[in-house]
Amino acid sequence: MKLFLEDGSIFEGTSFGADTPAAGEVVFSTGMTGYVESLSDPSFAGQILVCTYPLIGNYGVPDPSLFESSKIQAAGLIVSEYSPTYSHHEAQRSLSEWLKASGVPALTGVDTRAITKKLRDRGSMLGQIAPTLGEFVDPNRENLVARVSIKDKKVYGSGPIRIIAVDCGMKENIVRALARPEVTLTRVPWNYDFSEDQYDALILSNGPGDPEMCEQTIKHIRQAMRDGKPILGVCLGNQLLALAAGASTYKLKYGHRGQNQPCVDTSTGRCYITSQNHGFAVDEKSLPASWQVWFTNANDGSVEGIRHSSRSWRSVQFHPEANPGPTDTAWIFDDFLHELAGRRRITIKNI
Amino acid sequence: MRPKIPKKVLLLGSGGLRIGQAGEFDYSGSQAIKAMKEEGVDVILMNPNIATVQTDEKLADTVYFLPLTPEFATKIIEKERPDAIFLSFGGQTALNLGLTLESTGVLKKYDVAVLGTPVQTIRNTEDRDLFVEKLKEIHVKTALSRGTRSVSEAVVAAREIGYPVMVRSGFALGGEGSGMVGNETELKAKLEEVFRNVDQVLIEEYLGGWKEVEYEVVRDRSDNCITVCNMENIDPMGIHTGESIVVAPSQTLSNAEYHMLREVAIKTIRHLGIVGECNIQYALDPKSHEYRVIEVNARLSRSSALASKATGYPLAFVAAKLGLGYTLTELKNSVTGKTTACFEPALDYLVLKMPRWDVAKFEGAATRIGTEMKSVGEVMAIGRNFEEVLQKAIRMLNVGAQGFTAQKNGNFTIPNFKREIQYATTRRIFALGEALRSGMTTKEVHALSKIDPWFLDKMKHIIDIEKTLKQKRLDAARLLEAKRNGFSDAQIAIIKNSTEEKVRTLRHKCGIRPWIKQIDTLAGEFPAKTNYLYVTYHGSEHDISRGQNQMIVLGSGPYCIGSSVEFDWSCVQALKTVKKEGLNTIMINSNPETVSTDYDMSDRLYFEELSLERILDISDFEKPKGVIISTGGQIPNNLALPLSRNGIPVLGTSPENIDRAEDRHIFSKMLDTLQIDQPGWAELTTPTQAKKAAKELGYPVLVRPSYVLSGAAMSVAYDEKSLTKFLKRATDVSSDHPVVISKFIENAREIEIDGVASKGKLVIYAITEHVENAGTHSGDATVVLPPQRTYLETIRRAKASAKKIVRELNITGPFNIQFLAKENHILVIECNARASRSFPFVSKVTGYNFIDIAVRALLGKDVHADYHTVEIDTVAVKSPQFSYSRIKGADPIHYVEMASTGEVACFGDSYAEALIKSMMSAGFRLPRKNILVSLGKEENQVKLLTSIKTLAEMGFKLFATEHTADFLLENKVKCTKVYKIHRSKKPSVSELLASGDLDLIINVPEKALARESEDGFILRRKAVDLNIPLITNRQLAEAFVTAFHEIREQKIVIKSWEEYKQG
Repeated sequence: MKLFLEDGSIFEGTSFGADTPAAGEVVFSTGMTGYVESLSDPSFAGQILVCTYPLIGNYGVPDPSLFESSKIQAAGLIVSEYSPTYSHHEAQRSLSEWLKASGVPALTGVDTRAITKKLRDRGSMLGQIAPTLGEFVDPNRENLVARVSIKDKKVYGSGPIRIIAVDCGMKENIVRALARPEVTLTRVPWNYDFSEDQYDALILSNGPGDPEMCEQTIKHIRQAMRDGKPILGVCLGNQLLALAAGASTYKLKYGHRGQNQPCVDTSTGRCYITSQNHGFAVDEKSLPASWQVWFTNANDGSVEGIRHSSRSWRSVQFHPEANPGPTDTAWIFDDFLHELAGRRRITIKNI
Repeated sequence: MRPKIPKKVLLLGSGGLRIGQAGEFDYSGSQAIKAMKEEGVDVILMNPNIATVQTDEKLADTVYFLPLTPEFATKIIEKERPDAIFLSFGGQTALNLGLTLESTGVLKKYDVAVLGTPVQTIRNTEDRDLFVEKLKEIHVKTALSRGTRSVSEAVVAAREIGYPVMVRSGFALGGEGSGMVGNETELKAKLEEVFRNVDQVLIEEYLGGWKEVEYEVVRDRSDNCITVCNMENIDPMGIHTGESIVVAPSQTLSNAEYHMLREVAIKTIRHLGIVGECNIQYALDPKSHEYRVIEVNARLSRSSALASKATGYPLAFVAAKLGLGYTLTELKNSVTGKTTACFEPALDYLVLKMPRWDVAKFEGAATRIGTEMKSVGEVMAIGRNFEEVLQKAIRMLNVGAQGFTAQKNGNFTIPNFKREIQYATTRRIFALGEALRSGMTTKEVHALSKIDPWFLDKMKHIIDIEKTLKQKRLDAARLLEAKRNGFSDAQIAIIKNSTEEKVRTLRHKCGIRPWIKQIDTLAGEFPAKTNYLYVTYHGSEHDISRGQNQMIVLGSGPYCIGSSVEFDWSCVQALKTVKKEGLNTIMINSNPETVSTDYDMSDRLYFEELSLERILDISDFEKPKGVIISTGGQIPNNLALPLSRNGIPVLGTSPENIDRAEDRHIFSKMLDTLQIDQPGWAELTTPTQAKKAAKELGYPVLVRPSYVLSGAAMSVAYDEKSLTKFLKRATDVSSDHPVVISKFIENAREIEIDGVASKGKLVIYAITEHVENAGTHSGDATVVLPPQRTYLETIRRAKASAKKIVRELNITGPFNIQFLAKENHILVIECNARASRSFPFVSKVTGYNFIDIAVRALLGKDVHADYHTVEIDTVAVKSPQFSYSRIKGADPIHYVEMASTGEVACFGDSYAEALIKSMMSAGFRLPRKNILVSLGKEENQVKLLTSIKTLAEMGFKLFATEHTADFLLENKVKCTKVYKIHRSKKPSVSELLASGDLDLIINVPEKALARESEDGFILRRKAVDLNIPLITNRQLAEAFVTAFHEIREQKIVIKSWEEYKQG
């Protein structure tokens, strides 16, 4: 099996996943742990994931309850060295077994640093894992969100605070972060119209692809804004909130994917290490006057979060729910919940 | 608002290198100085370690080579009046000294601010009870531990904690009486015995077999907090992290575990209020997500030096800037130059650190490893899979091992491998290889070692590849697989019964060459102009292209006894000079505790093996103008001939002539031809010949193998029995070369010439004199410059011999010659056509940088000038730093094999002053009241009589062992007779030792042999274990008493190096 890139380069490797070809957008992630979380993260839908950390598979694959969604979402996986032996108390099977069972191809023995440098210099590229070259497929032309969002509404808990979470490909850990005894969390499909529902706040989840594909969601968000509902967006949710506010988004050259992205809270100057996985970003210049940049990326200055100057509308480009990655910004969920609880005059325990 | 940057800062160094505190603090101190100089701070450095880069000219503004004691530090503060002080860059020594200065009110009195982590925070991390209390406040778990004073108390504590428990008899020597206990019956039985000897026993939660994980954490005053690196010990809890093989990043932790511990780290460090850098250690249960915080080190450490080199993140530099008041977001990532320093490096490789032990140097020393550190150095291997880094690291140790498997000789066969796996020894890694080769399953090995199966499976993989290589034909695919899993050409040659050269040729024919990759802190995410490189077989392209106009300098490899920070100093000077002369520099080294491997010391840094194969790989790619092998000690020196035979231009003295100096047989013959006197010698090939020759020369004789540094396996044989024993050891160390035995001349003095020559002509030289007579290894000797007792005529003759040798070997570059002197008679013992350990000492004392001159000579520059190295206004004394307290069971005496782990040196206006300061810098404390004297052999008694009398006249209360006491009393010296340890008569030596009243023990054994008598050994060993100053050499005892007497009359003055230079 080989990895073919748009620019004509070919990387030969040894297959350790499913024996099926796959095409998609080739992206790299610099996280040193978390292949289980990344592969099951719906934001990776349509993408061939290249791990820059060379040893993958060391701790096997745990019970699906620890995944970020029910299955592998990435289109394919490229590593420098797959570790066929694994050791961990939570492991139930090897990564290879999981990939094969999921029908996802994977290659080992590839110079992943060489690919990374190519993507860094040329920008993200389309690619395919196959024995021979076939058709390239640009996943960003498809509505990936529609593909990965849940099909039916799902309710978690029965607390007094009613939150609607728009699932555009939501990671399970967002649910875990919000599911508290005080909360009723209603997880709805990406195009679900919640304007008639009774709720206190809106969560906009992460998700794959180009935010401009989610016109329906944006329309619903605008309604929520008109209704004065507090909103918290994460990752794709950040881009959707920006679009709903009238700002614009653009595609980054090769995106931010890793667990070491420093983001500065512009109000305090405090820098947080964040987990990221996105190819699109909010254009700072397009932000309407009533909006502010909340976080900026300390490396390249890009927008990492926005908030409204008077309303309770805010969003972050990174992943406060972590999994994979650092938990530095988990307080963003906590703050949001506290605020909602304050409005209802209740206190949230165990934060 | 950033606080104002202080104008003048005192930086405390770490002193002489010793076990547990080695070259890493030269690295951290040097970086701190650079960071401060960037801010225009006036830096005062206090460090008696003269062989360090940090004490170089043009780094700190003022350097004090003085003992790191509160008295001296106070005097410096009084004189210099610094605004602030840094405590965290000089290891535990500096930290403890700083805490004392604070608690005694000195800092307050002179209004000196502590930069970085506040003192109270340091105390909270150092005091076990305070630490546990602080962590409890934020619900962070620490290992449960209870102090108990009776069996019943202990039983209650054990019930609370839950079995199994760890029993630790806190204050017993050598951890005797410690161990795991499974149930109450066992506990009671054990404690009845333990409580007979100690008052207090700690009952602790048993964490044996838990994973040991560390994080390096950085925090600024604005509460930004990051973890720069995490590391996982392959050897689980129970083995000191300095004794463990360590990988970075962690390999067996899931994302949840990695970030759980990271979160606890940040929470803890914020709560403690660290500013700068620190390290947090955990135990992690392999069967659940349970963890315990073991400790926090609120200072730069060995781990942080390793983490810096592992990630490319300059921890010490950043920590210093944070201490000056910067925040992380204000600092740049110095590797990319663009991105912020407030980030966590992403590695796209892994590193493996392996400790380097030298326990075999000490007769009788235990090879078991455990909770105390014994290793003297370490290496770090970089690669892209575990097998690659493991095998690389083993080769980097330079102990003769070819890798994890396929050794050249039987030195690494471990007959009782199961035992050495279960009760870990310094050879455990080879025992693991043996076990897996013998067919034991990884499961069985795990049960014995508790090492995570992931690591064992990878080790097994190496063994499996070896088996395949043995059975199958060596085709391109198998060769590539072997190379990707860390097999060297030499290793493959051993497996295939071929030669390294043939394997290399075959490899090139198959087109299999390694790839050069960069370390850029961001896993390739951003373009970086990094010069930090490693070599791997996992790849399909180079990250860089060939450089231009380059010169390679080979580093010193791991620190070990005999090869230490002084060679790193020489390499750093070489890099500076080469650069200054307009060439680009390449450094190759494998030691993470060095300054030479700092990212800003060379144009290209290859963190790689110092092996022929790897240097040829790099040379094939870089095509350098040449390679400098003469500044890094014995490892690069031994590569001279092989490199030159492979067409690599070796600078300076021709490799053939280097070899003539190294080969003891050829060298001795050469001296005969040159009519230069040397001790009677004989070459031997069989033990029978040797015995015959020894008889002819007359005992005692010196047994020496060739091509070794620091007298590895060099011994004095007093009779045929010891000769036979030593011959075996000598052939084990250097089996390819014959052993030479020579007459051991007693009562001769030793002098050395360190010098530089150009095209066979002497350019500059310095003559140093040993305080101890011949028989003490030059690395363990107290050295004086300028000589105090050597006649001018002797110096003249030594110089004349040196000139002859230099001409005959046509030396260009550095060299060192050792002589014996008896009256005016001069005998040459050896010559090395390379820089010696004493180059930094002679350079800093004479004021001429010998390496700079040598390197310019190597580059063909004209270096002849009028150098004045004999007439020096001040006196400098260099003393050895020993680490005997860490080497349980070793006999702390001077003999021909080197035992010291470091050195210190001090200046003085008189010899007496310099000697006393220097001895104190190496940890010696001046006596106040009680001195015990025990002298073997009448000669020692007679010759030391005057000195002992002086001590008596100075008012000291003297105790003496039986014969010594008889002799002293006969000579009218008042003393109390004490009976030897093996006698039950009283008053006894044992009683005296136990009383804790002794300030000094002078014990000169009859022969320079380890454990020559059991009583003497126990006395010396107890002195070390009870931390009583000890002198075991007659000449040193004499010199000390004379100096002490002289100095007592006057005050020791506090002068900086600059003041001595001005005269």
